Amino acid sequence: MSTVTQDPLLSVRDLVVEFPTRRGTLRALDQVSFDIAPGEVLGMVGESGAGKSITGSAIIGLIEPPGRIAGGEIRLRGERIDNLPYEQMRRIRGRRIGMVFQDPLTSLNPLYTVAQQLIQTIRTHMDVSESEARARAVALLDRVGIPAAARRIDDYPHHFSGGMRQRVVIALALAAEPELVIADEPTTALDVSVQAQIIDVLKEICAERGASVMLITHDLGVIAETADRVAVLYAGRVAEIGPVRDVIQHARHPYTRGLMGAIPTLEQDSDRLVQIPGAMPRLNAIPQGCAFNPRCEHVFDRCYKERPVLQRAAPKHQVACWLTEEGGA
Amino acid sequence: MLAFILRRVLQSLVVMLVVALVSFALFRYVGDPISTMMGQEATIADREALRERLGLNDPFIVQFFDFVTRAVQGDFGISYRLQQPVMELILSRLPATLELALVSGVLAFVFGVGFGVYTALRRRGWLSTAIMTVSLIGVSLPTFLIGVLLIWLFAVELQWLPSFGRGEVVDIGDWWRTGFLTPSGRASLILPAITLGLYQMTLIMRLVRAEMLEVLRTDYIKFARARGLSNRAIHFGHALKNTMVPVITITGLQLGAIIAFAIITETVFQWPGVGALFINSVRFVDVPVMAAYLMMIAVIFVVINLIVDLLYYAVDPRLRVERAGAGH
Amino acid sequence: MTSDTQSSLARFWDSDIMWSFRHSPVAIVAGLVVALIALAALFAPWIAPTNPYDPAALNLMDGFTPPMEPNAFTGNSYILGTDNQGRDVLSTILYGTRISLFVGLSAVLFAMVLGITLGLIAGYRGGWVDGLLMRIADVQLSFPSILIALLIFGVARGLIPPAYRETMAIWVLIVAIGLSDWVQFARVVRGATMVEKSKEYVQAARVVGAHPVKILIKHILPNVMGPVLVIGTIGLALAIIAEATLSFLGVGVPPTQPSLGTLIRIGQQYLFSGEWWILLFPSIALLALALSVNLLGDWLRDALNPRLR
Repeated sequence: MSTVTQDPLLSVRDLVVEFPTRRGTLRALDQVSFDIAPGEVLGMVGESGAGKSITGSAIIGLIEPPGRIAGGEIRLRGERIDNLPYEQMRRIRGRRIGMVFQDPLTSLNPLYTVAQQLIQTIRTHMDVSESEARARAVALLDRVGIPAAARRIDDYPHHFSGGMRQRVVIALALAAEPELVIADEPTTALDVSVQAQIIDVLKEICAERGASVMLITHDLGVIAETADRVAVLYAGRVAEIGPVRDVIQHARHPYTRGLMGAIPTLEQDSDRLVQIPGAMPRLNAIPQGCAFNPRCEHVFDRCYKERPVLQRAAPKHQVACWLTEEGGA
Repeated sequence: MLAFILRRVLQSLVVMLVVALVSFALFRYVGDPISTMMGQEATIADREALRERLGLNDPFIVQFFDFVTRAVQGDFGISYRLQQPVMELILSRLPATLELALVSGVLAFVFGVGFGVYTALRRRGWLSTAIMTVSLIGVSLPTFLIGVLLIWLFAVELQWLPSFGRGEVVDIGDWWRTGFLTPSGRASLILPAITLGLYQMTLIMRLVRAEMLEVLRTDYIKFARARGLSNRAIHFGHALKNTMVPVITITGLQLGAIIAFAIITETVFQWPGVGALFINSVRFVDVPVMAAYLMMIAVIFVVINLIVDLLYYAVDPRLRVERAGAGH
Repeated sequence: MTSDTQSSLARFWDSDIMWSFRHSPVAIVAGLVVALIALAALFAPWIAPTNPYDPAALNLMDGFTPPMEPNAFTGNSYILGTDNQGRDVLSTILYGTRISLFVGLSAVLFAMVLGITLGLIAGYRGGWVDGLLMRIADVQLSFPSILIALLIFGVARGLIPPAYRETMAIWVLIVAIGLSDWVQFARVVRGATMVEKSKEYVQAARVVGAHPVKILIKHILPNVMGPVLVIGTIGLALAIIAEATLSFLGVGVPPTQPSLGTLIRIGQQYLFSGEWWILLFPSIALLALALSVNLLGDWLRDALNPRLR
């Protein structure tokens, strides 16, 4: 792939994730490919059910059974991690790939103090003494913006407000200094007033440490402000991927354009507001050819027969749509 | 903290008062104590005299107050059937029941939690499937049938263990007779303890398994996994501790149930405890014993409930904060 | 049969619940065993080789005949042997199952009607009525139901004059077991009632002059059918076990009408002298019955609500 100039930190190729059910196997991810460069923030957008969270789970190796990776590969700095034995993968989790979950109220174990959870995480991955781990933990809490960290560290999670808890969660995810942080809707469950702060904290610390971020969200506004590149997922497939500015200003895929229409922008082109009729197909009823064909206003014959592949539309900008090849849009 | 305990104690007292009322109603209105005590040939004047002497003509509230006062002092009157003070009868038989309940309670808890955790973690293993299947049979097997079948196998066919009684007992202090100190006493405990504990064990096991599976699905366990914590830390640190919060409550209450279920086991094994005493009192409508047994069980339940609440409080920090109010 | 009933039968056969039944070997076997036992109990007077209640048919010389062996004195042979009084064990089991099932079903039915009624009342009225009923439920739940049943049984015996104790015993037993088992039904129905009560159609019913309770019953009962059925099935297993336990303890059905529990009680006395069949066969019958009903209940719970493990 020519989109990335340097060696990627994370490379996902043709990833397929399947869930066997009583009524047949569901394909939650279908040949998803993308890269994340070192230090880069990749935004991942899509409606719920598009496969954003499953992509995150697949990367960190925590897809809930009976779901499984049925094809493709995931590489971290060139080394395959999708087929590692459990114990080896465990050492990567937290240490090289950190994860921030959506709901800070349920992400923390209510029966342990913040200190206990932080110190346990640090000492799992680093050979440091209890007191050293504690010092690190206090510094980390301080860094994520917990006031009076040295004192509050011995509190239980329920002593903290939602925003503060998400800061604790970020501290936990970053405790062992991972190279990649997967943030799965990190602000969705939070009060609007603190959402921006949390994103800022996350972005700042990762930038400081040179860690890459995969930011999963359905909020294009957050992506626009935070990400370097963005990948748009639809029905378990990548519809469009490219630099944020390109994708937002020159969206090629009709679905992406619809998404753009869903957020109000301060920029020009307000006359281009697009509405997408219909809803994303259920995983057991994905149509032949392009998954978007029932809702697409530009649909033509080929869309019903052949599934579009990702192809270059502009430098670093790829789109899975036959219109692009036909030279349309 | 203190306010919390006080409130619980107060609630317990109310429950006790209600049970006392039921007990008293039993005592006073079920069966006619006069005819039970005097026999057929007593004259009406004699009956009336006794009625007056026993205070049966006093207003209800006075009689109830008398009943409670005497109950608090441990006076439940005389057994119709055995013509002995009820309290003496119960006290002399209580150690046998408590020892049996203790042993089966410990068995049920240890094996229940162990099997529960195992079957939750190895959900699809053949051993888990086997344990779950056997446990379903265990729930369907009435306690008495387990006892009878155990006797048949271990006492009649194999002749390894005694089938009835407590074996040789040793007096400790004034009124505690223990079977723990002699080989025959310990051997006699085995079959009854298994019989009594098996059902509770299955309950605890199924509860632990269900709770553990529930906890393993929570976000904080997922997050713990995503941080790369070891399986041991996740399963036995994070998951088990959270599982135990509800399990402690139910298990505590099961302890009370064990004492009540001892009725059946004691009958099967002719174990000289309070349960056997109670079943005979039901059979012969020996009301004072029934009333006293009811009060005793209620006291045990209330005390256990109180202890469970305090334990709960100690385990779950969330409760502590709500009570303490202005923490942070 | 009209095409209408045929199609509704076909629809029933195709429904999720039947799909799950047809694909669960455990449920099929358990269902067959329950059906077999129920039929055997129902037709006991016609299929039992002897009538164990008929004193004239008994021959004490026939006593203690081992299964499938001719009796030493009379030469009579019985499939499952005879008990101490010379009663055919197979016949006593068939008649005993009849009594066990009758008591169990009646007790569950009683508990169901009582529980649904009280649940509706508590859910609809709320306030102190609800508080009182639920407090009673709480207290009762914290005591084992067998203890409650024993106590109610004891009280009832005390209240009934001795002359009637034997004849009333079965009914007392049904009430005692039923009263110890209503709480689960009440809780489910109360919950559903509280949810439905606030909905608009109930308010609307008031406006058009229909009695809201009637409407509630019409709407709530179908909603709670699933859980009630599950609780009822598991409750039936519990009731059968409770009856057997009480009879085993000697406080249940009168000895003249032995249930499975009574038979096991009798059998236990002959364990040491080697007449194992008197104990074993009734025990197997009881276990098969209780286990099958339990399995059916378990399956039903899973089939109606897959989330409940």
